[in-house]
Amino acid sequence: MSELSIPFATLPRTTVPAAGLEVTPLADADRKPLSKKEVSADHPTWCPGCGDFSVLALYFKLIEKRKMWHEKITTVAGIGCSSRFPYFVQAHGAHFIHGRALPFASGISLSRPDLHVFVFGGDGDAFSIGGNHFTHTARKNVKMTYVVMDNFVYGLTKKQTSPTSPIGFKSKTDIWGSTDRPINPLKQAISAGATFVARTTHTNPNHVLKMMEAAMDHDGFSFIECLSECVEFFPGAFDSSNPRKGGQFLEVPAEHDVADEYAAYRLADEPFPGRFGIFFQTQRPTKNANEAKLIADHRAKVGGLADWQILQKSFDRTK
Amino acid sequence: MSEVAAGPAPAGGQSKLTKINEAVIRIAGNSQDGIQAIGGFLARLAGRSEQEVMTFMTIPSTISGGPSIFQVRIGSGEVLSPGDEADMLLAFYQHSYEDHINSLKLGGIVLYDSDHITPKPEWLENYRHVGVAISSKTVEAIGGTGRDKGKNIFALGLLARIFDLNVPKLNKLIEERFGGKDPTVVQNAVTCFEAGYNHQLQDLLKTYQLQHAELKGHTQVVMNGNEALAYGLLAAGVRFGAGYPITPWSDIMELLRRELPKYGGSFIQCEDEIASISMAIGASYGGRVAVTGSSGPGISLKTEALGWASMAEMPLVIVDVQRGGPSTGMPTNIEQSDLNIACFGGHGDSPRVVIAPSSVEDCFYTAIEAVNIARKYSTPVLILTDQGIATRIEAFIEPDLKKICQDLTPDLTPIADHKPYDLKAPDGITRHVAPGTRIASGKYPVVTGLEHDELGHPTGSPKLHTAMTAKRRNKLRRLGADLPVPTTYGPNEGQVLLVGWGSTQGPLREAVDRFRSVGDAVSSLHIKYINPLPNGLDEIFKGFRHVFVVELNDEGLYGYGQLTSLLRARYAEPKIRGIHKCDGQVWKVKEILERVRAAMTPSRPS
Repeated sequence: MSELSIPFATLPRTTVPAAGLEVTPLADADRKPLSKKEVSADHPTWCPGCGDFSVLALYFKLIEKRKMWHEKITTVAGIGCSSRFPYFVQAHGAHFIHGRALPFASGISLSRPDLHVFVFGGDGDAFSIGGNHFTHTARKNVKMTYVVMDNFVYGLTKKQTSPTSPIGFKSKTDIWGSTDRPINPLKQAISAGATFVARTTHTNPNHVLKMMEAAMDHDGFSFIECLSECVEFFPGAFDSSNPRKGGQFLEVPAEHDVADEYAAYRLADEPFPGRFGIFFQTQRPTKNANEAKLIADHRAKVGGLADWQILQKSFDRTK
Repeated sequence: MSEVAAGPAPAGGQSKLTKINEAVIRIAGNSQDGIQAIGGFLARLAGRSEQEVMTFMTIPSTISGGPSIFQVRIGSGEVLSPGDEADMLLAFYQHSYEDHINSLKLGGIVLYDSDHITPKPEWLENYRHVGVAISSKTVEAIGGTGRDKGKNIFALGLLARIFDLNVPKLNKLIEERFGGKDPTVVQNAVTCFEAGYNHQLQDLLKTYQLQHAELKGHTQVVMNGNEALAYGLLAAGVRFGAGYPITPWSDIMELLRRELPKYGGSFIQCEDEIASISMAIGASYGGRVAVTGSSGPGISLKTEALGWASMAEMPLVIVDVQRGGPSTGMPTNIEQSDLNIACFGGHGDSPRVVIAPSSVEDCFYTAIEAVNIARKYSTPVLILTDQGIATRIEAFIEPDLKKICQDLTPDLTPIADHKPYDLKAPDGITRHVAPGTRIASGKYPVVTGLEHDELGHPTGSPKLHTAMTAKRRNKLRRLGADLPVPTTYGPNEGQVLLVGWGSTQGPLREAVDRFRSVGDAVSSLHIKYINPLPNGLDEIFKGFRHVFVVELNDEGLYGYGQLTSLLRARYAEPKIRGIHKCDGQVWKVKEILERVRAAMTPSRPS
């Protein structure tokens, strides 16, 4: 038999409270709601006037309003301006690689049902390099909230065409104007099987908060496209949706049936500035619930056996 | 097949019983004939009889059909390789017969299906030919349907007769294998087996009996390397995995998908290789080491995320079941050409651990060790196996599962304060607290791929980048110092040291035995920990005039294969040379002997 050079007994556990630093947990009832000060961390590195500030402020507001505790929130992002998000939030967070925030977040969500996972990112991260993951996370209906801060341009790399840039947009990589048909995030989400699809804009804070709350309460993959202006590389992109700039903020019509996938798809096809609100919402078992059921069924079958005894049964069949 | 004594009274009145130490049987047919099932039965039987066994198989990379072989070597003593030459060839078709006659030793037995094979007159003299109408006799035995499904079990009956195998044990194995299906299936299998066993073999002069193994007093389990590795991960306490199908890694993900729910865990099939490593890292961040894996091309796709795990110092186990490369290469053949990508694949300086198990049993223990190294050193760990070890079946002493199995439930006890990337950590190693852990200071860490400060917040500081890079490197140096120094097989000084890694340990040791049996001072050294290397190898090299690294990969532009280059770079030792091949086949012991002797000819500088 091989000798284990590093036997288990000598190992620390995955998480190690330093000696003497253990603290007694407070009962949640005794804790006060977190203030903005307590949930904010690094000062954001965004340009002055960036739409992302508004999304961050409303995330803080959501945490405060819904009395969430630091340790129950996990904030995940990929790469991009907006993906810097986790550094600005005083909570457990992860800044992963470009385009792969969703599978990373799925790993947390599926293995830790006690946490609420929020993912923030931009349009390049979501629909270009991460396009495949967007489709499959929606299809699997992994429980999490995904807010895409859509600015129609690559900002961190300084003005290249993004998958949502409108035709004719002049960037450093399309100096004569972009010619590729832009992705429609809402249609993409609906057809991929997302169970909550909403749209909002950074210039309407109350609406952003309302959408975030509804998304958070949704049991499944909840997706919000939040228009978030890049004042540096695409200023004025969303003026036509902003009443203060002479535009129109049109909500999803009251008579729209959010359970009607085709109606949602048609609504999502309206030309810019389009509509704001919940386009589509349905209940379908989440990946989390499906896996939990699979586990419950199997656990019932193995009865009260310890893990080693389950493995022993497998080994007995190889003798 | 080494005969140990003249046979006693002839069995069955016509053929003589000869006692033998070991037997190598090659079964050749097409992939849908169930020849792997025969091999599997023989291996399981050997395991139950406390004999040693090793198998070797080739499968076509086509979707259905195509020639396939299964070779099994059963022995009463130590079995180190599947055997260079077969004592018996069981051939189902003309092509099986013609393609594999060369693998048979002179005077060996060809047991062939005379319904499909016409023996070649020129081979009749060198090999003993025993023809049985296997297909038609099978149809006759089962009756009616006119199909020869079951001919593998008929042939197993023939082998049971020739090698005087334990029939009650085999019958029990057949019942276990086909039990649970339609009762007629078991009945047909038993009928086929008995028909084969009772068939009168007119042309056979002798039957054989394997010597009883020296009883070890331990129960043996019989499985292939992929199974052993997957079970090892379960024993280690891994409860989450993610992957994407690719041969030959898929077996591991299929087994984990099937088994994990029983343990309260999940294995997720992802949309691609990148998603699967990302999801596994996410789950590791969730507090419990997770696993992902793949084979060659899939590993390439995972390297960016692997770099993140190295940078963020996240525990993770990545299995690479190597196959012939590059690109789609030879997906069902053996090769050891992913060592470089395992150790160095990726951008930037991204240290990680690489371990290569040497046997099926070692796959089980290596999986546990990989998990524990990942946890202890907060690092990604790659397990390098290969197509050969993944599919070969071996018997090994049953592990004490009660003692070995680990519980890795994350600890979410609140803590006062926490800096994951603490530069003053007493052991120099990063520790993460899982999300869900309350930190009383109110300062929460971020895990990140950006260069960071001690809390994980981004920094562009030259001083911090230098310090953090050193931190990530030094913890693995520490691991290197903690690793056991391998010992040589054979004396620790002599003329030649053969260095190997991974699945080639057995053939190399058998080569050493053969060299020593003719008086050559040859020893071997097997390196399991590839990155970091254990300390002290240079001391071992000092004891030998020549050091040959024997590996299944190309000699490369400069004449040195992948481990050879690594050892030369590490020790700047000119006497380290390489013996390489990349024909997609395992090393034959004979090949190793020839290649070493050729390399030792005086015309070569030494």
